Amino acid sequence: MPRGERMSSDLRNLFSEALSGNLRAMGRLLTALENPYEVPPDVFDEIMARAGRAHVIGITGIPGAGKSTIISRLVREYRRQGLRVAVIAIDPSSPLSGGALLGDRLRMQEDAKDPGTFIRSVSTRGLKGGLSLAALAMVEAFDALGYDKVIVETVGVGQAEVDVTSAAHTVVVVTMPGVGDEIQALKAGVMEIGDIYVLNKSDLPDAQKAYEYLSFALDKGELGVQDSQWRPKLVRTSAVMGQGVSDLISAVEEHRDYLLKDGKFTAKLTSRRITLVRLMAERLLAKGVEEAMSRLEDRVTENALKSKGLLGVVRDLAKEACSAALNP
Amino acid sequence: MESMLSLRSTKERPYKVIVAKLGLDGHDRGAKVIARALKDAGFEVVYTGIRQSSEQVARAAVEEDADVIGVSILSGAHIHHVKALIEKLRELGAEDIPVVVGGTIPVVDVEELKKMGVKEVFLPGESLKKIVDLVRRLAEEKRSTGVAKG
Repeated sequence: MPRGERMSSDLRNLFSEALSGNLRAMGRLLTALENPYEVPPDVFDEIMARAGRAHVIGITGIPGAGKSTIISRLVREYRRQGLRVAVIAIDPSSPLSGGALLGDRLRMQEDAKDPGTFIRSVSTRGLKGGLSLAALAMVEAFDALGYDKVIVETVGVGQAEVDVTSAAHTVVVVTMPGVGDEIQALKAGVMEIGDIYVLNKSDLPDAQKAYEYLSFALDKGELGVQDSQWRPKLVRTSAVMGQGVSDLISAVEEHRDYLLKDGKFTAKLTSRRITLVRLMAERLLAKGVEEAMSRLEDRVTENALKSKGLLGVVRDLAKEACSAALNP
Repeated sequence: MESMLSLRSTKERPYKVIVAKLGLDGHDRGAKVIARALKDAGFEVVYTGIRQSSEQVARAAVEEDADVIGVSILSGAHIHHVKALIEKLRELGAEDIPVVVGGTIPVVDVEELKKMGVKEVFLPGESLKKIVDLVRRLAEEKRSTGVAKG
């Protein structure tokens, strides 16, 4: 069997085993989706066709605010309600070694006997925006596999974290007391993208002041300006102690109902796929460019001292890059 | 050229390693040093933390589709926990993920651990470079043989 066909039938088998609940097959399928443009078209199409029902929740915010702890609480509560929950935890990779320390599991200790949860760690692999292509494709996979809630936790870099909005139906921004005054709360970037704001660690001494800053900014319409018809919610939690978690769940579910009522739930799916396709196309092109540029020096050396021909080299390399992108 | 290509493909999908502490054992300095060394060598390290059950570690390895599992044990209960881990991996159809063990393991137990299927046992004083090199070799072996298996 040619390599392409074999890969297609392997992945098809993996996908059907994953659909029947085989955790090992799910783990492998997710790995195959780390480079989604290499997935055979029939399998890719089937994943896309099956996806579209899951509620995707993005959780973002500064490092140490308590995102992982909040997620572990959410998972427990959704499991109690009988919903299947998948978590995609994104951590940064080192720009120096390319390696990564993925530590979100540490605070998300899952019940190893419960088949209804799935946690997968992903590194950013140097991509800006924190939400890597791999994670976006995994959202589609978990959705296709029938998970009711897909929670995406993104690197808490703060003000540059806006890619998550395109993948998530509901964006939860987590902050905590003691990280800045009202000016911080008004700054552009991550603080603008929330549908729900969580002031975690609300048992700390400065919590009341932080809460007032945030609710002031919210009242003035400075936070969560993405959707003019939804008034962002502010929730106080102490995730370690389990306080406020049910308030957070009701806020999240209220937002979901709002999206469903207005047809916005489906619109979010479209925008998530716009981002997916854009990233895939960009990645393919980048690979083509890399391939073509391996001939850069030779070509230029041949023509460098001639009066013409360099422009031709430019056009040739660009053409070769495109063709390498499409025929790897 | 061949080596450059393989470097590039590693860069695209780095090896993924689970570093875990099994059982009632809070001594995690060694595990953290190993985790950091592997990260600096370009691995994606999933650190699961202390007091993990064999079920949790096996489940994490399966969900993460890990290339290697490294467990650190300083409690003396290595035979019991590693046996349980390897059984659990088999139950989940993940016996192909290589397991290495490090910690205060009496020399007389090394053979028994290896008989269970442990690929390597690192005793106190082992060099980081040797550990990283061996984990890389095991990961390479697993990737080259394990792709077609579903």
